[in-house]
Amino acid sequence: EDRELLERQQHEDLSTKKLRLTKPSKSAALHVDLCKATSPADALQYLLQFARKPVEVESVEGVVRILLEHYYKENDASVRLKIASLLGLLSKTAGFSPDCIMDDAINTLQNEKSHQVLAQLLDTLLVIGTKLTENPSVRMRLVEVACKHLTDSSHGVRNKCLQLIGCLGPVEKGVAKEAESQAAKDVQKIIGDHFNDQDPRVRTAAIKAMLQLHERGLKLQQAIYGQACKLLADDYEQVRSAAVQLIWVLSQLYPESIVPIPSSNEEIRLVDDAFGKICHMVSDGSWVVRVQAAKLLGSMQQVSSHFLEQTLDKKLMSDLRRKRTAHERAKELYSSGEFSSGRKWGDDAPKEEIDTGAVNLIESGACGAFVHGLEDEMYEVRIAAVEALCMLAQSSPSFAEKCLDFLVDMFNDEIEEVRLQSIHTMRKISNNITLREDQLDTVLAVLEDSSRDIREALHELLCCTNVSTKEGIHLALVELLKNLTKYPTDRESIWKCLKFLGSRHPTLVLPLVPELLSTHPFFDTPEPDMDDPAYIAVLVLIFNAAKSCPTMPALFSDHTFRHYAYLRDSLSHLVPPLRLPGRKLVSSPVSPSITPHEDPSQQFLHQSLERVYNLQHLDPQGIQELLEFTIRDLQRLGELQSELAGMADFTATYLQCQLLLIKALQEKLWNVAAPLYLKQNALASAAAKQILEETYKMEFMYSGVESRQVVIIHHMRLQAKALQLIVTARTTRGVEPLFGMCEKFLQEVDSFQRCFISELPQMQGSFVDKLLDLMPRLVTSKPSEVVKILQTTLRQSTFLHLPLPEQLHRASANIIEPTGESDNPLRFTSGLVVALDVDATLEHVQDPQGTVKVQVLYPDGQAQLIHPKPADFRNPGPGRHRLITQVYLSHTAWTEPCQIEVRLLLAYNSNRSKAAAKIAKSTWNESPEALPQPENGIEGTIPFSKPVKVYIMPKPARR
Amino acid sequence: MPEIKVTPLGAGQDVGRSCILVSIAGKNVMLDCGMHMGYNDDRRFPDFSYITQNGRLTDFLDCVIISHFHLDHCGALPYFSEMVGYDGPIYMTHPTKAICPILLEDYRKITVDKKGETNFFTSQMIKDCMKKVVAVHLHQTVQVDEELEIKAYYAGHVLGAAMFQIKVGCESVVYTGDYNMTPDRHLGAAWIDKCRPDLLITESTYATTIRDSKRCRERDFLKKVHETVERGGKVLIPVFALGRAQELCILLETFWERMNLKAPIYFSTGLTEKANHYYKLFITWTNQKIRKTFVQRNMFEFKHIKAFDRAFADNPGPMVVFATPGMLHAGQSLQIFRKWAGNEKNMVIMPGYCVQGTVGHKILSGQRKLEMEGRQIVSLSQFAHGIQGKVAPDSQHLCSPPLLLQLEVKMQVEYMSFSAHADAKGIMQLIRQAEPRNVLLVHGEAKKMEFLKQKIEQEFHVNCYMPANGETTTIFTNPSIPVDISLGLLKRETAIGLLPDAKKPKLMHGTLIMKDNSFRLVSPEQALKELGLAEHQLRFTCRVHIQDPRKEHETVLRVYNHLKGVLKDYSVQHLPDGSITVESILIQATAHSEDQGTKVLLVSWTYQDEELGSYLTSLLKKGLPQSSS
Repeated sequence: EDRELLERQQHEDLSTKKLRLTKPSKSAALHVDLCKATSPADALQYLLQFARKPVEVESVEGVVRILLEHYYKENDASVRLKIASLLGLLSKTAGFSPDCIMDDAINTLQNEKSHQVLAQLLDTLLVIGTKLTENPSVRMRLVEVACKHLTDSSHGVRNKCLQLIGCLGPVEKGVAKEAESQAAKDVQKIIGDHFNDQDPRVRTAAIKAMLQLHERGLKLQQAIYGQACKLLADDYEQVRSAAVQLIWVLSQLYPESIVPIPSSNEEIRLVDDAFGKICHMVSDGSWVVRVQAAKLLGSMQQVSSHFLEQTLDKKLMSDLRRKRTAHERAKELYSSGEFSSGRKWGDDAPKEEIDTGAVNLIESGACGAFVHGLEDEMYEVRIAAVEALCMLAQSSPSFAEKCLDFLVDMFNDEIEEVRLQSIHTMRKISNNITLREDQLDTVLAVLEDSSRDIREALHELLCCTNVSTKEGIHLALVELLKNLTKYPTDRESIWKCLKFLGSRHPTLVLPLVPELLSTHPFFDTPEPDMDDPAYIAVLVLIFNAAKSCPTMPALFSDHTFRHYAYLRDSLSHLVPPLRLPGRKLVSSPVSPSITPHEDPSQQFLHQSLERVYNLQHLDPQGIQELLEFTIRDLQRLGELQSELAGMADFTATYLQCQLLLIKALQEKLWNVAAPLYLKQNALASAAAKQILEETYKMEFMYSGVESRQVVIIHHMRLQAKALQLIVTARTTRGVEPLFGMCEKFLQEVDSFQRCFISELPQMQGSFVDKLLDLMPRLVTSKPSEVVKILQTTLRQSTFLHLPLPEQLHRASANIIEPTGESDNPLRFTSGLVVALDVDATLEHVQDPQGTVKVQVLYPDGQAQLIHPKPADFRNPGPGRHRLITQVYLSHTAWTEPCQIEVRLLLAYNSNRSKAAAKIAKSTWNESPEALPQPENGIEGTIPFSKPVKVYIMPKPARR
Repeated sequence: MPEIKVTPLGAGQDVGRSCILVSIAGKNVMLDCGMHMGYNDDRRFPDFSYITQNGRLTDFLDCVIISHFHLDHCGALPYFSEMVGYDGPIYMTHPTKAICPILLEDYRKITVDKKGETNFFTSQMIKDCMKKVVAVHLHQTVQVDEELEIKAYYAGHVLGAAMFQIKVGCESVVYTGDYNMTPDRHLGAAWIDKCRPDLLITESTYATTIRDSKRCRERDFLKKVHETVERGGKVLIPVFALGRAQELCILLETFWERMNLKAPIYFSTGLTEKANHYYKLFITWTNQKIRKTFVQRNMFEFKHIKAFDRAFADNPGPMVVFATPGMLHAGQSLQIFRKWAGNEKNMVIMPGYCVQGTVGHKILSGQRKLEMEGRQIVSLSQFAHGIQGKVAPDSQHLCSPPLLLQLEVKMQVEYMSFSAHADAKGIMQLIRQAEPRNVLLVHGEAKKMEFLKQKIEQEFHVNCYMPANGETTTIFTNPSIPVDISLGLLKRETAIGLLPDAKKPKLMHGTLIMKDNSFRLVSPEQALKELGLAEHQLRFTCRVHIQDPRKEHETVLRVYNHLKGVLKDYSVQHLPDGSITVESILIQATAHSEDQGTKVLLVSWTYQDEELGSYLTSLLKKGLPQSSS
C-alpha cells in the first residue's frame, strides 16, 4: 500500500506541475465565480456551467474543497443539492481516489435538513463507497451512516440508505465481527425490516438491496422466504417484480429445503413452492411482472417433473362437463387412425359430468402457467414464455414431449418474432422429440410463410426433426416442393434440409422410393429433367437415405445412376458417396479421397510438413523444388479434404512465403551491381510485397489461429520488411532516406521482441534471434552496415517450424445473390440510386459485423466500399453467418449496359490483432510515452469471396 | 350502516336486456340500458316504471353508463331517454358513442320498416339521445357531480367495450359489462387495477366453461379455409356485422399476407364499411400488434379484403366471402349459400351459435336436404346487431309464400366458435385482480351462476349475490372515514412510537372535532383553544389501606422499593416531601387516624393516566410483599 501511495504522490506531483504549465486552476476560477454569485439562482447557474466541463484528476480535490466550503455557507437547498451531486460526479473522475474527501462528505450529512439534499449526499457517498470497495473500514463506516439515516421520514433518503447498504454492506461474516461489536449488525435483518416499509419505493429498494447483497456473494437466509412470498401480493408492480426475483434467488439457494403448505399439513420442497408462486405471477395484472416471472421460470431446473408438467395443464369444461382440449382430441384422432377427418359440429361436445366440488378455478400451484403465458396479450410475455419453455424442455425430455403441441401452436402467432423464436426453440429441443403427423402438418403449413427468416428457420428445424411415419416424410417432401415452386430462392436451403431428412430416416424413405422416382415394374417412365430443382430435391432425399440403406439402389432405374454421378460431382456437398453395386467406375474418381479413416490425410499433411522442416541444409535448388511440390500437394489435399482445407491452405501459404523469400534471396543475383539488375530488384520487391500480403491473410483470415502461429507470421513479416529494406537500400541513391527506414525497422524489431518475449526461446537460430544478438551493433552502425548485416542474417537464418493449431478454418464467403447470370441489365435513372439485394453466406468469420464489407467496382475503376448494418447479419449456426443486405448503386449515365463487380472484403486492422492486444497488456504498467505503436494500425482489406458480376444500365434522366 | 343497493331490471339471472340500478351513498346510477332479443312486445325493454311511475326519470337518476355498443346493452337507450324521458348525462366511451347510433338506426329500421311496428323510437330520437351522451376516455376519472365519479377500464369484449368504476367517497362499485380476459386478433385483454371495490358486478355468460386455447381454433379455421381455397373451392362465412367479423377479417388478412395467397376475400357491404371505418379510427382501443404496426399500415385497411358485389358470387375460382347475417336465416348470406350449396368443393363456416329454426342451425345439425322458399328474400341487412346468438327466429320470413324448393347441401359445413366473453377462469382472474369485498353476478343463466357463486365464495371468501330481475340486493359497507389530522399532533405522535406501519392500526390521543361536515383530529390544547373552553382537570384519587405497623416514612420507602422493583420501565421517584411519583401519579402515605397499624395510601392520577393509575391501585391493593427488608 505504501508503494501505491508513493506512486500516487509522485503521480500527483508530476501532474500538478503540468497543470500549472498549461491551465489556470479550475478551483480558483470556481471559487471566484461562486463568491461573485449574488443569489442562489446565480450560484446554480455557475455550478451548472461548471458541471459541463470535465475536471482533470489533479484538480479534483481542490475543487471539492471549494465546493464544500460553499456548501456550508449556502442556505438554498437547491444549490446544496447541486453541490452534492457535483461531489458525486467529481469523485467518479477516473484516477481520483476519493478517500480524502470521505470524512467531509459524511460530515455534511450531520446538519442537513433537506431530505432531497440528504438523499443526494447519500448518493455521493455511494459513489465514493463503490470506488473504495477494497477498504472494509470505509465500507463499515458508510454502512453505519446509512443505518443511522434509515429512520428518516423521506422515502428518498431511506431508498438511498438501503442502496448503500446493499452495495457496501459486509458480505463476509468475519469482517462484521472484527469491527466494533455495536456495528456488527446483521445487514440482512436491517434490510429485511424494510420489506414492510409504508412506501412502495422503499420496499422495492429493500428487495433490490437484498438482491445486490446476493450478487455480491452473501448467502441470503432462508428466513426471508416467507417475507418475500408476502411481497408477491403487494399493490405495486415494481415491488412484485423485485419480489419475484428474490423468490427465484432463494429457490436457487435452498432448492431442497422443505416448506409447509399453508392451510394443510403437507410440506413441499422450496423450489417447487417457489415455482408454483412464480407461475402464479405469470397471470399477474402487470405485464412487467409477467415478463419477469415467465423469464425466471425457464431457469428453475430443479423443479420436480410433476410440477413442471402442470404448467401445461388446463382442465377444460363446458357447462360443468369435462371437455377435452383440441390437443387431446388431435392426439386421439391420430392414435385411432382417423387423422384428417373433417370436424363436425359438436365433435368437441363435452361428455362427462364434472364434480362441481373438485373444480379448482384458481390454482395456487403451477397449473396452466405456460398456457396463460403463451396466450398473453403482450408479445414480450409470449416470447419470454417460449424462451422459458425452451430452457425447461432442454433439461427434461418428457416435458419437451409435452410442450410440443404448445410450441407448434405458437407457429401461428401474429407477431413474427414470436413465431421465429418458437421455431428456434423447437429446433433446440428437437433431439428430445418426435413429431406426430398432425403436428408435422401444422409445422409444414408454415413453410408457405412469406418471410424468408421464418422459412429458413423452419428448414433448419426440419433438418434435425424426427419424423415417425413414412407418410410424414412424404408430407414433408410434398410441402417442401410446394415451397420450392412458390419461393425458388429457397433452393439451397431446401436441398440441405432434404439431405438431413433423408439421412435421418433411411427406412422411412425406402418404401417411398418407387413412388418418388415414379418407376414402374413393367413400363419405362420418361427420364425427368435433370435441371429441375424439384427433381434434384427428391434425388437429394433419396441418395442421402440410400447412404445407410444398401438395399435402396436396387430400386433405382438407369438414369437415376447417371443422375447420381452428375449430382455427386456438381453438388458434392449435398450428395454423399454411395457404394453402388457393379458401378465402381462411377464413383471411383473420388473414392480414394473418401476412405473412412481421415487419419491418413492428416498424416500426409504432417509428413509433408516434417519433410520440409527437416531439410535445413539442402542446396537452394533442392529446397525450392521440394517447397513447390509440397505446396502443390497441400493445395490439392485442401481441395479433397474439406475438413483439412483450412490447415492445408494455411501451411501452403506459409510455405509459399518461404519459397518467395528463398527465391528473392538467391545468392548470385545479389552479387551483381545493383543498377544492372533492375529485373531482379523487381522480383525481390514484388516478393516482399506479396509476403506481406500473405502474412496479413494468414493472420486475419483464419479462425483458430493461436499466438504460437501469430509469432511465426509476424516473424515472416519482419523478414519481408528486412527484404524490402535491402532492396530499397540497393536501389536508392544517398543515405538520408535510409536513416529513417533503418530506424523504423529497428523499432519494429524492438516491438516484436516486446510482444513475443515469451516465445523467443523457441525461435533459436531464426532471423530475429540472430538479429537480436546483433542488436547492440545494429543500433550504432550506419545504414549501409545495417543493410549488409541484414542481408547476411536473412540468408543464414533457419526456417521456422510452423506448429499447427487444433482447429483452423479459413474464412470464406459465397455470394448467393446476385447470381451474376442475368442478361437483363438493371436499369435505373442516372443520379438516382438503385438497391441491389445481396445475399451471402459467410463461414468462419469472427465478428462479421465489424469486419465484413461489400465492395462494388464500377467499370471506370471507381470502387465503393459499403459497410452493412449489424442487423443484416444473421447467425444460423456456429461459425456460420448470413449476410442479407441491400447495396445502393448509382452512377452517371452510360451509353450501354455494363457489368459491375460485387465482392466481399474482410477488413483488418493490425491494432486489433492478438499481438497488439499483448502489447497493450505488457505496457500497462509502464509510462505511456514509452509505448511505440509498432505498425501504427495498418488497415487493409482482404477480398475473400469470388466477385459476382452484375449487369447495370444507368439511363440518362429524361428532361 | 351505509349500504349499496343493486336492482337488476334486466340481465338478472338472464342474458339480454342488461339494465342494472345501483344506489350508492345516496346516488342512483343506471348501468346499461339494453333490449331483449327474445321478445317483440313490451318485455323487450326494461321496465322503467320501476324507477318512477310518473314524472321524469332525470329526478331519480344521477347518471346512466353504457358499457359497450351491443344492442342488449344499449338498445333501449332512445326509448328510455326520449320516450320515457331522461335528460341527465349518459356516459360511454368514444368508440361506443360512434358505433352505437349506427346499430340503433339499423335496429329501428328493421323493427319499424320491416315489421311495420309503430310507437317505436324515431331516427330523430336516436340523434337527440346521442346528444346527451358524454364520451369518456380509458382511465379518465369523470366527476359526474361533486361526489360521484366514474372511471373506465379496458374490457376487450368489442371495440370500445369498457368496465366502469363508480365511486362515491370511499365506497365504490365496479361494473364489468361484457369482458374478455384472453386477447384476440384485434382486441387486448380486459384489465383492472387493484381498486378493491365494495362490490364487483360481473357478467357470467360462461360461468361454467373453461375454454381451450384460442390458437387451436384459429389454426383450424385458417387451415380449413386455406385447404378449400387451394382446392379451388369457395368459402362462405356468415357473420354479424360487428365484433367477431372484424376479428376474422384480421385473421384472414394477416394469413393471406403471410402465406402470400392470391384468392380474393370479399366482405358484404353496407353497415360493415361504416363500422370498419371506426375500427380504423380507434386504433388505441385495439391490441398490441395493431397498435404497434399502424404507423406502417393500419391493419383495418385491408389489402386483400374487398367489398362484395352480388355478381361476384357467380365468378369462377376460389374465393372467401363474409356475408351477413350470421345465422343464414335471410339476406345475402342465404343467397350465396343457395348458390354454392350444391358443390362439394365449397365450404360454409359458421363462426357462432345458431338459433333453432334457422338454416344455419339445420345444416349444423347435419340436415342435408333443405326446403327453401322459392321467392327470393329481398332484404338488405337483417339483424346486424353484432351479438351472436340470442336472436329469435324471424317469424316474418318463415311464413312467406308456400312455394318450396328442395336444396341439397353438398358443401362442407364447419362450425367454429369464436366468442369474446371471459370464461370461468377469466372471471376468477378478474376478481383476483380487483379484490372486491362483494361480488354480484349478472348476465348469465341462474343454474350456471350457482356454480360460480359457490366457487367465488369458497376461493375468495367474499359474499356473492345473484339477484333475479327486480330483486334488490343490499350490501352493507364499512366505509372508512377520512379525518384531517393536524401536523403538529401527527409529528408528536409519530415521534413517540416507531415508524408508522401501514398494516397495523395505531393508537393516538387527540380530540376529534366534527364541524361543517368535516372531521379534524387535533391536540386537546388546540381543541380547547379553538372552542374557547377552559381546561378542566379530572383527577382520580383512591385510598388504599395497608396493614403496616411501621412508621410512615418506612412504609413509603417499602412502597417505593416495591414499585421500583415491579415497574422497571417507568420512572419511580421518591420525593423529599415523602411522596412517591410514578410518572405523573402521586402516592402519599398517612397513618390511619384510628388504627396506627393501618396506613392509608393516597393514590391520585389524572384521567389521561387512567390505565397506569388503575393498574397501580390494583397492585397496591394486593399489598406489599411479606418479606420486609
